[in-house]
Amino acid sequence: MIKTKSIIGALLVSILFAAAPAMAQEGHATPEIKKEPWSFAGPFGTYDRNQLQRGFQVFKEVCSSCHSARLMAFRNLSEPGGPEFTEGQVKALAAEYEITDPDAEGGKRPGIAADRWPSPFTNDQEARDANGGALPPDFSVLAKARGTTQPFPWWILNYFTAYSEGGPDYIHALLNGYVDPPPEGAEVPEGKHYNTYFPGHALGMAPPLSDGAITYEEGESGSVPLTVDQYSRDVASFMMWMAEPHLVSRKEAGFQVIAFLVLFAGLMYLVKRKLWSRVEH
Amino acid sequence: MAHESSYVPGNVVEKWIDDRLPIIRWSKEHLMDYPTPKNLNYWWTFGAILAFMLGVQIVTGVILAMHYTPHVSLAFDSVEHIRRDVNGGRIIQAVHATGASMFFAAVYIHMFRGLYFGSYKAPREILWILGVLLFVLMVTTAFMGYVLPWGQMSFWAATVITNILGAIPVLGTPILELLRGGFAVDNATLNRFFSLHYLLPFIIAAVVALHIWALHVPGNSNPIGVEVKSSRETVPFHPYYTMKDLFAIIVFCIPFAWFVFFAPDILGHPDNYIMANSQVTPAHIVPEWYFLPFYAILRAIDFNILFIDSRLGGVIFFAGAILVLFFVPWLDTSKVRSGTFRPVFKWFYWLFVANFVMLAYLGAAAADGTVLGLPVATFSKLCTAYYFFYFLIVLPLLGRFETPRPLPTSITESVLAKHKAPAAAQPAAASTSH
Repeated sequence: MIKTKSIIGALLVSILFAAAPAMAQEGHATPEIKKEPWSFAGPFGTYDRNQLQRGFQVFKEVCSSCHSARLMAFRNLSEPGGPEFTEGQVKALAAEYEITDPDAEGGKRPGIAADRWPSPFTNDQEARDANGGALPPDFSVLAKARGTTQPFPWWILNYFTAYSEGGPDYIHALLNGYVDPPPEGAEVPEGKHYNTYFPGHALGMAPPLSDGAITYEEGESGSVPLTVDQYSRDVASFMMWMAEPHLVSRKEAGFQVIAFLVLFAGLMYLVKRKLWSRVEH
Repeated sequence: MAHESSYVPGNVVEKWIDDRLPIIRWSKEHLMDYPTPKNLNYWWTFGAILAFMLGVQIVTGVILAMHYTPHVSLAFDSVEHIRRDVNGGRIIQAVHATGASMFFAAVYIHMFRGLYFGSYKAPREILWILGVLLFVLMVTTAFMGYVLPWGQMSFWAATVITNILGAIPVLGTPILELLRGGFAVDNATLNRFFSLHYLLPFIIAAVVALHIWALHVPGNSNPIGVEVKSSRETVPFHPYYTMKDLFAIIVFCIPFAWFVFFAPDILGHPDNYIMANSQVTPAHIVPEWYFLPFYAILRAIDFNILFIDSRLGGVIFFAGAILVLFFVPWLDTSKVRSGTFRPVFKWFYWLFVANFVMLAYLGAAAADGTVLGLPVATFSKLCTAYYFFYFLIVLPLLGRFETPRPLPTSITESVLAKHKAPAAAQPAAASTSH
């Protein structure tokens, strides 16, 4: 009986291995997106507070002029596990923005920490009109709405490494994926920009970042390179935090839960073994 | 399994209750004293795991419903509100979403266990049929639940799957419009799906009660498939199986917790973090992993059969793949219950398991791609053919031609043989090591 099982097992395994190269060959025109080392990757990963603050600066100074982030509230920026600005900083930041509020005198009032991040356009149509017909997607959960694919059988490993950084990997690749002039044979309509990683390659967004475009605030200047690669890493991390603000506390709870379950399982095993030792089974 | 009730009311109050509603007597008989074969292996713990998962889904679901808004313009944000602003919401939502996957993983193991050990054979046909019915209810509930977050995949899954019903001749369009509450998937669809998603789990719970009732009449099957001959071959359900099942449930919770806390989105599709938009079709519409084998069967029929067009043909095979399960007790003609004693059956069975996994892989592959050098369309047809070949040809014929291995006469004999074997093997192993 065991023999038959092991033969079948061996057959299945060999089929899988034989299949791997054949399946890996199904490529698309887009090169595979590399997995980047993120501080928040894996079960032990947490956000790098300084990186989130830098990423926020990129978002505020560059991205937010076209992209909304309607689910993020100013108060989130001071919550533990995030960029952790002080409450005073957040209040001052919110006050810089005008919030549309029908109850306020004149329909506008300065922002408070409880307000959501104000959108740059009042509606989708206005956003399209200002961006050559393309709609800049909302940033709130964008980092989780994008992903990467790995060829068979490597994606199976993702379930064991808890790989959840496909979004930031894609965003980083996209921001560094502009090619100008476009490669030979690629047709890019007017007003679009060739991007290696964008599906279809014709991206409405012009390259938003350039080396040295943003000077990081005090404490950071000098120690962090002012390059597109660095900006894109920082803003991708910030976007991941925006999409998953409770990642750190979630993982902390996870360790406690799994430790408890392992201990409980061990005790239950002993209970079961003791109980069944009296029964021949 | 008829057995005398050993319950004696402990005090006046219990006696008073027992004379009016013997619920304590009933509980003792069915939840504690129920005689269970002593040779069940860990594959038999999945029944308890499934009951646990149903409880988890109902409890988390009821809490989620307190914060969720079933409206096309608010549903997506309300799910995000749960993840972001509700205390513990990220974890409750992740438990419910990954819980669906874990529920299906457990139900597939439970069903494949039944198929291997012939658990559906007389006198347990109704038990099996109720089980298949539970699977159908689970599929329906999970599908409707997946629509509720109102992401792109929610919307397009709802569109594609409800479209299937439209292929039914004459009645298709009225059924489709009734289900959607309109001509397209919209607010009315979301509302009725939310209502039904809340209703169906309680129907599942009721059918589970029938499933357990149907189990308690003939009693459990067991790995050797030989019926219990004496009470010495059974142990009371409590504490023997309550503790063993609890151990299994805790172990099952470890990978469950891994997904909930460390990769809550890995079992879903990134597109479902984009709010539903009827004007933008995703590049690649894929159902959740647990529907993939059946989705592959649906897609495999891309040709017309006589007067039946490919669309209706797909629906017939898709429905047939589930309906055929109802008839398994009569399709399998073998007198031997357990696959352990059926040398030829085992080959077909494990090929069926591999084939099912392959169907899942094909269901996720792009329709115009290739797998193992074969076009997905061709490969899917082969796998679909084997799926039906197994039920309609192999099971009926194998029982007539296969010579099973000799069966133990009783559970006691099999248990004794198992205990003798390692004892006899040990001296031999010791002598070779010198």
